[in-house]
Amino acid sequence: MHPILGNLRRLIPYLLAWIPLEGMLVYLLAVPGGLTWTEAFVVGFPLCVLYAFMCLAAFYSCRGTPLDRTSKLKIALTHSLAAVIVSGFWILAAKALAHVLSGFSAFSGLEPRLTKNFPLLFGTGILLYLLVVAFFYVLLAVQESQDSREREMKAGVLARDAELKALKAQVNPHFLFNSLNSISALTSSDPAKAREMCILLGDFLRRTLGLGEKAAIPLEEELSLIRSFLAVEKVRFGARIQMEENIDKEALDVFVPPLLLQPLVENAVVHGISNLVEGGCIKLDIHARDGVLSIAVENSFDPDSPPRRRGGVGLANVRQRLATRHGNLASFQVKTEGDRYFVAITMPAEREART
Amino acid sequence: MSETSSKKIRAIIVDDEELARQVLREFVTKHPEIEIAAECANGFEAVKSVTELQPDLVFLDVQMPKLDGFEVLELIGTGAAVVFVTAHDNYAIRAFEVHAVDYLLKPFGVDRFEAALKRAKERLGGKPFSSGQSVQDARSAPAPSPSELAAAARPPAEYIDRIPVREGTRVFIIPVAKLDYAEAQDDYVAICSEGKKHLKQQTISSLEAALDPSRFLRIHRSYVVNLERVVRIEPYGKDSHVAVLQNGTQLPVSRAGYARLREFLDK
Repeated sequence: MHPILGNLRRLIPYLLAWIPLEGMLVYLLAVPGGLTWTEAFVVGFPLCVLYAFMCLAAFYSCRGTPLDRTSKLKIALTHSLAAVIVSGFWILAAKALAHVLSGFSAFSGLEPRLTKNFPLLFGTGILLYLLVVAFFYVLLAVQESQDSREREMKAGVLARDAELKALKAQVNPHFLFNSLNSISALTSSDPAKAREMCILLGDFLRRTLGLGEKAAIPLEEELSLIRSFLAVEKVRFGARIQMEENIDKEALDVFVPPLLLQPLVENAVVHGISNLVEGGCIKLDIHARDGVLSIAVENSFDPDSPPRRRGGVGLANVRQRLATRHGNLASFQVKTEGDRYFVAITMPAEREART
Repeated sequence: MSETSSKKIRAIIVDDEELARQVLREFVTKHPEIEIAAECANGFEAVKSVTELQPDLVFLDVQMPKLDGFEVLELIGTGAAVVFVTAHDNYAIRAFEVHAVDYLLKPFGVDRFEAALKRAKERLGGKPFSSGQSVQDARSAPAPSPSELAAAARPPAEYIDRIPVREGTRVFIIPVAKLDYAEAQDDYVAICSEGKKHLKQQTISSLEAALDPSRFLRIHRSYVVNLERVVRIEPYGKDSHVAVLQNGTQLPVSRAGYARLREFLDK
């Protein structure tokens, strides 16, 4: 498809750009050409409009001979030959126009005087054609760079999608195995409690299922996921786990990636509370202010606890997911102070789900 | 202790979760020949109970407060048959490398538990006997110490960051950063830290292998030193040297040790 002929928004500026060239042509015909100004205008104007359209053909020869993939000789030959042919046809058109105009009394004797100017017209035609060739090469280069930028962006988006898919948060299988073991214990000692735990676990699993498909969920949904996670863990750890929440109402409808906070709380349990004989408290602080969502998870831990090899995988995953999604707009910090462990996140507070 | 109770297999259950202990208790109670001597909820308690009660059989969780199951095993010696009980399958190879009898994956059924118990009984000689004997028998067998095994089972390029040591029934955790030097003493190593010496049943070579070689160096057949503690090297006698530590301790440096030290200092 022709980039200018097929697009009115481009065709009009293109034709407007020809106005100075038209003026030049009229001047050439009138001053060195020896025509009267009226004659020069009446001949020059239609010829110029016609030529503007004829030169559009240059697009095809430009496209056929891309600068970076064609020899210089071939480029020169192709465009010179095309220029001669197109300019030649233009002269023929000029001749026909002169012939027609000569029929009017006002333009008698125009034909021989114009014919005298044909070498000048021919040369001008070649130069104008080459000018349009240059213009098309620039246009093609701009288009090419736009296309490649678009491709790059698309590739970037695809890569990000792939990464997010790979990072898709998953429920830690050991959580399941340990919970099932607790249920196994309760079946004989306290069947009612066993049933309750089955229901809690089922509730948690149902909430997590299908979350991976979603790009974001309201914070409220993530919080209820955390609560059902902790309800299960409380059966396992009993009074060892306590939870303290301090959450802005404003923050509840902010959208966050699913399973963003759950790994933080799970980390607090696995690497913090579960290593403490007496247990401890997990504090969750969430605020939304000035378009920024800040989340802080704090828990006690034993600085002398035995090393655990799987440590930090969940946190690294959260960090990466935040970075992939928000880049520099999100921050993720971990620090320890004595026997307190802090994870702090800030990220843009999105009020609408985005895909 | 009556004759009948001394014939029983004495077991200790170690798990930080009450419900996990409950499953084991329930399964064990079906066996009148087994007596639960104690239940422990963390690593320190486990070491204390095993040292005091000398059980035949230990059901041992891996991830616990204070000490993990492998550290517990390292400190309690080879006296008891150990069955690891955990939800994590990734410790299985390590568990068998430290000569665990079996490795029960939570959740487990009664059949799987019975199989583990059968293996434990086979290990204990197929017949119930008193705990004192069993410990004696196992100790006299030429088996490598648990510390040796633990060292062998450690994944490559992962060095320990703490050394658990036991004195009687008390456990001390020594971060490797606080280790000044270690000295070989027969079958033991003396772990020297902050002016105190703790004896541990381990060879100095296996301790050396477990420590980060960029921080700890074998300067002598009998000495591994924390390089951060070395203030200077002085000539001693005709062609030997001593390393002087921050606290003034002087350690002999062998010729090979001196070469290693030079190599390290020249880097």
